Amino acid sequence: LQESESENKLDGETASDSEGKSDFGGSSAVPTSDDTPEVLNRALSNLSSRWKNWWVRGILTLAMITFFFIIIYLGPMVLMTIVMCVQIKCFHEIITIGYNVYHSYDLPWFRTLSWYFLLCVNYFFYGETVTDYFFTLVQREEPLRILSKYHRFISFALYLTGFCMFVLSLVKKHYRLQFYMFGWTHVTLLIVVTQSHLIIHNLFEGMIWFIVPISCVICNDIMAYMFGFFFGRTPLIKLSPKKTWEGFIGGFFSTVLFGLLLSYVMSGYRCFTCPVEFNNDTNSFTVDCEPSELFQLQEYNIPVVLQSVLGWKTVRMYPFQIHSIALSTFASLIGPFGGFFASGFKRAFKIKDFANTIPGHGGIMDRFDCQYLMATFVNVYIASFIRGPNPSKLIQQFLTLRPDQQLHIFNTLKAHLVDRGVLGSLEDA
Amino acid sequence: EVDLEERLHELDLRSDSDIPDVPPPTDSTPEILKRALSGLSARWKNWWIRGILSLAMISGFFLIIYLGSFMLMLLVLSIQVKCYHEIITIGYRVYHSYDLPWFRSLSWYFLLCVNYFFYGETVADYFATFVQRREQLQFLIRYHRFISFALYLTGFCMFVLSLVKKHYRLQFYMFAWTHVTLLITVTQSHLVIQNLFEGMIWFLVPISSVICNDITAYIFGFFFGRTPLIKLSPKKTWEGFIGGFFSTVVFGFIFSYFLAQHQYFVCPVEYNSETNRFVTECEPSELFQMKKYSVPPLFQAVLGWETVNMYPFQMHSFALSTFASLIGPFGGFFASGFKRAFKIKDFADTIPGHGGIMDRFDCQYLMATFVHVYITSFIRGPNPSKLLKQLLILQPEQQLSVYKTLKSHLVEKGILQPSLRG
Repeated sequence: LQESESENKLDGETASDSEGKSDFGGSSAVPTSDDTPEVLNRALSNLSSRWKNWWVRGILTLAMITFFFIIIYLGPMVLMTIVMCVQIKCFHEIITIGYNVYHSYDLPWFRTLSWYFLLCVNYFFYGETVTDYFFTLVQREEPLRILSKYHRFISFALYLTGFCMFVLSLVKKHYRLQFYMFGWTHVTLLIVVTQSHLIIHNLFEGMIWFIVPISCVICNDIMAYMFGFFFGRTPLIKLSPKKTWEGFIGGFFSTVLFGLLLSYVMSGYRCFTCPVEFNNDTNSFTVDCEPSELFQLQEYNIPVVLQSVLGWKTVRMYPFQIHSIALSTFASLIGPFGGFFASGFKRAFKIKDFANTIPGHGGIMDRFDCQYLMATFVNVYIASFIRGPNPSKLIQQFLTLRPDQQLHIFNTLKAHLVDRGVLGSLEDA
Repeated sequence: EVDLEERLHELDLRSDSDIPDVPPPTDSTPEILKRALSGLSARWKNWWIRGILSLAMISGFFLIIYLGSFMLMLLVLSIQVKCYHEIITIGYRVYHSYDLPWFRSLSWYFLLCVNYFFYGETVADYFATFVQRREQLQFLIRYHRFISFALYLTGFCMFVLSLVKKHYRLQFYMFAWTHVTLLITVTQSHLVIQNLFEGMIWFLVPISSVICNDITAYIFGFFFGRTPLIKLSPKKTWEGFIGGFFSTVVFGFIFSYFLAQHQYFVCPVEYNSETNRFVTECEPSELFQMKKYSVPPLFQAVLGWETVNMYPFQMHSFALSTFASLIGPFGGFFASGFKRAFKIKDFADTIPGHGGIMDRFDCQYLMATFVHVYITSFIRGPNPSKLLKQLLILQPEQQLSVYKTLKSHLVEKGILQPSLRG
């Protein structure tokens, strides 16, 4: 109830953002239709409106979390498909907002062009990353091999076609609108598509790198809401009046704790810690390996300060749990900025939610706005601190070089390995 | 009749007068020229000013080439910064957003971040030996992505914290405007520099082809122009387009022939850590060695030769010139549409008679990306030294497994003789 009151105040303020035209304010808002299924409506008809909202949100939250677990159980292929669907839906939601803002449904070509650009950029990214994992499969099939070899050229040609179509579609009275939509499409692609591909990269590194960050963001969301609900007093930021410092700090500590516990539980299972690989013989994804040292229990000395509190001298932990502290910290401290960004965006364009897909929660984008920065952070974190570049990708690049270049690199690598003592006198020149 | 533009003006921002007036034609022509040309009529005066400035720019271009790769890199960087400044300034004018808190600083900050990221990714490879010697630089290189991301995030958080109640929409517009501009100008300039490192010929021939197409299309249009090409640019004609295409192909062909003979243009640019300079010295690759080609029977009758000595690079120059003439102009149409959309005559007034730097570089926009994609697809694979560098930072066990895979591959292909043991 508090939330809707403050929202109304904002609508009333015909800030310089708005044009002082009340009809504009009304027409651009996403219509608030009640999406709640009939079942729920009947079950909760007795409660007051505030608690009803709370229950609807709660039930939907549980439904989404259950769905998440089911997908994890079904494996990497299904996960990738879900990520793809979420990406397309987010893109659709943001583009629809653009249409609403600019009343540009009647622009020639533009809907087709937006989807075409989405296809091009996805084609480019999937070609760059996913083919590394399907490497042997690609090398076997002739058409795939050619597509892979000239991949950048083909992607660029596809993009150029879209670009030229855009230029040819410019219509005299609509130039500005068309440029706005072009810019809007590109920024949306930048946000949505790159994120989803980084998520898939993280997934291939090991499902734990996919599950722990996403869970931390969700946990932070829920915990900050709970702490704010029960203890909230000091407002955090003008952009989101519902957020409080108590919620923020409480959410931070809970998320770090949650991350530690979840990582502990997950590190014990190979299916989560092993990199996802594509097995050519069975034509399916497998997660089977020797767990790296990140996922092997080690003894750590507890700093003297905490010894008196906990009563232990040493503790057995997985090194990954230390990393999970970094991930949880980012999820709690910086992740919310993605949420503030989305709040500012909704205020700027005078919309309450991105869409009405999920009852009580809004659109898909509403749920994923904090995830936005997390995926990039995890990817950069892995690349910087966990491992270097992907060895199979390097092998693939190696195979496209000329023979003399290959020989040169091989000899340099050999000299380096001998130097390090990794390669003894086992191999002969 | 309330057309969509009118409605948009209401929707868009503060008041109806938010469309900037066409800026008064500030005449930045130097006094000398004005006095020298005071006698001529307005049309020829304009023609002469444009001509003189064109010659000045071309001479400047040759001078910089003579001064070497490092000066060229600086030039590319300066042009990038100026183009960015021009486009951002247009954004300010369109949205009257000079008084937005923080925004000017944030735009320049983002430019700095993105440049830092790109320079770190690409240029550091070329300075590998220089970097290996210094500890601090090694640290910066190893955690480069993380540092760049942290810098960008700082800017992002500053943006979120700077959102002010009455200006949300404006601020989001400028944020998006900044990002799209960065995407256009900074990526292009870095691709140009990568092409440059491949060999100066890969930098000179594409840029010259675009300039040549510009000039010859203008000249053909001036003398023979009759059929308009596209509604966006009423001055362009089909005669100019086709005439420009054929002239550019011939020009590219001849220009490549001359450049391909000199090591200075043909060799990849390398950084010599002993002399602390860039050197271009190498054994010219087979692209730049004369070969005999049989002339197709069709042309034999016309030219009277049976075979011709050509550099293989000249065949590639066909592709480059064709792109410059047929697709490059779309970059120009895009910029024309942009100027029409925001009701401006030129991007800026930097060059008398020509407009801003962006006006000169709008056709180059797509060319740099094309050349880069072309090189990586058809000329060579990935950069071997970069690959080696990445191999060397793997974990030892990964290196060992890579080594074994490479060895078996090389043995299979017969490049490496199989060892007698193991």
